[in-house]
Amino acid sequence: MVTYIARRVFYGILVLVGVNLLTFVLFFAVNTPDDIARLNIGGKRVTHEAIEEWKFAHGYDKPMLWNSHDQGAKKATDTIFWQRSMRLFLLEFGASDSGRDIGHEIATRIGPSLALQIPIFILTIFASVVFSLAVVFFRGTYLDFWGVVLCVVMLSISTLFYIIAGQWMFARVLRVVPIAGFVGGLTVVRFLILPIIISAVSRLGGDARLYRAMFLEELSRDYVRTARAKGLTEQAVLFKHVLRNAMIPIITNTFTIFPILFLGSLLFESFFGIPGLGSYTIDAIASQDFAVVRTMVFLGTVLYVVGYMLADVAYTFADPRVRLS
Amino acid sequence: MPKIVFLWTDFFVWLVLFVAIIYGIGVARTPNLRAIWRRVFSQPAAMSASIILGVFLVIGMADSIHFRARIGPDIYAPEAESVLDLFMAHQIASREKTYSAPLAYLSFQKETAQVGGHVVREFPRLEFGGRHLVHPERDWLADVMLRATMGAVIGAIAGLLIFLLCAAVVARDVGNNFAQAWRAMLAGDTDVPWRAVFWTVLALCVLGGAYESLSTGYHVFGTDQTGNDVSYQVAKSIRTAIVLGSLTTAATLPFALVLGVLAGYLKGWVDDGITYLYTTISSIPSVLLIAACVLLIQVFIDKNSQLFATSIERSDIKLFFLCLILGVTEFSTMCRLIRGETLKLRELDYVQAAQAFGASPVKIMRRHIVPNVMHVVIITLVLEFSGIVLYEAVLSYVGIGVDSSTNSFGTMINLARSEMARDPVVWWNLATAFVFMVAFVLSINLLADAVSDAFDPRARRFRPRLRVNLGAAS
Repeated sequence: MVTYIARRVFYGILVLVGVNLLTFVLFFAVNTPDDIARLNIGGKRVTHEAIEEWKFAHGYDKPMLWNSHDQGAKKATDTIFWQRSMRLFLLEFGASDSGRDIGHEIATRIGPSLALQIPIFILTIFASVVFSLAVVFFRGTYLDFWGVVLCVVMLSISTLFYIIAGQWMFARVLRVVPIAGFVGGLTVVRFLILPIIISAVSRLGGDARLYRAMFLEELSRDYVRTARAKGLTEQAVLFKHVLRNAMIPIITNTFTIFPILFLGSLLFESFFGIPGLGSYTIDAIASQDFAVVRTMVFLGTVLYVVGYMLADVAYTFADPRVRLS
Repeated sequence: MPKIVFLWTDFFVWLVLFVAIIYGIGVARTPNLRAIWRRVFSQPAAMSASIILGVFLVIGMADSIHFRARIGPDIYAPEAESVLDLFMAHQIASREKTYSAPLAYLSFQKETAQVGGHVVREFPRLEFGGRHLVHPERDWLADVMLRATMGAVIGAIAGLLIFLLCAAVVARDVGNNFAQAWRAMLAGDTDVPWRAVFWTVLALCVLGGAYESLSTGYHVFGTDQTGNDVSYQVAKSIRTAIVLGSLTTAATLPFALVLGVLAGYLKGWVDDGITYLYTTISSIPSVLLIAACVLLIQVFIDKNSQLFATSIERSDIKLFFLCLILGVTEFSTMCRLIRGETLKLRELDYVQAAQAFGASPVKIMRRHIVPNVMHVVIITLVLEFSGIVLYEAVLSYVGIGVDSSTNSFGTMINLARSEMARDPVVWWNLATAFVFMVAFVLSINLLADAVSDAFDPRARRFRPRLRVNLGAAS
């Protein structure tokens, strides 16, 4: 088990190095630091000195990959690649292109992001499982049929519609909750409740359909037939046996939606004015702040790799039949 | 003779259509595949969905032939137009000043005007919508009703004629008499769900007829902030959605197929390398990868703006690159699935027999592996299509989607966000985008379900059925 996890961690680090190389090529080879400097200073006619000055101030004045002017190990470390890309592994993010400390920004913004994402995560799973379980319980009836139809229709509607319609309905017409914003303390619930519910509803269609298939798959197994042969009621079969066993793939599956949460946070945070990591990223994209976008690519990838690792490990714990290879 | 303009996306969309037609011919010649596709279209929902998709496709393809009109000897119009623009010339020409509600004859915003020496604030009459009405307060409702009914009736007659033609063809093929064929088709006693076809065609014709008839006098879906007809924008958005959906997967399908099969068949270090490649790409959250790439392309286009003659070419190249980038993010899914399927196939007896006969690995992969992973490819293609159309809206909202001058569902929703904040609410932009987008995505999803049912028998168990059928099946 330990060697398996160690191997997974090693592979994860290897992937991160690859991602770093890829983003480095994207950000520095396709567009040279000169281009970035010109973009940030603005205007077409920028003097050479201004560019050099900007590059020096932001640490882009070093050679790309190999510094032949330096001594010893510094040949490799005193370069843009080492200073700007590899140091991300030590969680040293440096300054953004507009001059602010990225590490500090992330530390202050991660709180609101988590306050939004953790309830979304739990509520989405709960709502989807309850809905799909209800549909499975009434399988073969009109309820099942129309439940699945509802799922297909719901997953054909863009998340943006849910957000715009929900915001318009509950914040503008009914005035139940504020339209957007964020405060500290417990009153924050009033700001978070709408994005959380909308997010859960917008994901319900796809998730419930998937879980329904998983439940039906479990229902066709031998142990279900045994349970029925014992004379157990349909409720006992479904809620005691099938639910427990189906939760294994469902729970492990949820680890893999880490990156989807990331995308969700982009949308919901900017629509509802929550000062989290998602709105930070959107602002960075809008203002073309390459340093922040690069950092977020790295962080997002870490989340993804960790999520998949957890899914794999959780799976091997939950189902001993899965071989560790 | 107008000058034909070949945009990058035009070329590739037609190429995709061409490849699809070739595949269709191949299907018609292979009994096995023909049976599978017949199973797809034996489902009424899939049949209706594909008719609706066909209408969308015709609109999208008409919008994919661009030309620059000739306005003098050797002088061509500065902007490229499409064939669709010719059909909708009426909608383009009838521009209002600003917002107007669907079928309205008054503007949405008050203007200052002089009436009999007094300065008053009132809603001015629209320049185009309802211009023919002399007493709009009295005649408007009757006029709208009359036009809508006329259009619907003509549409219904056209729909019936189309269906009569179908029935005649079917009757001739089956060797039945016409009345029998007609009755069987409407009763749903046929292999092909003709009843679903009938109702879909009829509904489309009635709606289309009503729209055409109303559009001669009104803006059926209203106008946007700059007074453009919303129906024209929706028609343009359809092309963007089709381009994105088809090019994205088509762009990377060849790579995914070759690499996936190689990884699965050869195993060893080739497999390790390819697995590492797609794991790395798929590890980057796709929004951020797309954001990074789109920012870079923006810089590239700004630096080389002399390469593109018209603004439509400039926004087109951005759309094209967006497809490629989206394709890269889709690549890993496709590659992983193909690799998995190949791993399964290479252990099967017929592959081992081929190996024993001394067939070369290249030949085995081409003759025995690739045709048998095609079902995975097709299922993934149709499943991803709707996801991409939905994704485009999100990307456009984030600001990394299509160019702001390109019409798309995403840009329409994006504008609607501020319109919903107005009072009174400007709802028709969002509502139109919503209806057309849901119709499009829902049709794709229904078709995708039927396709994955037909190609993957395991999925069939999860279809909702009423108890009677369930009892018979299990």
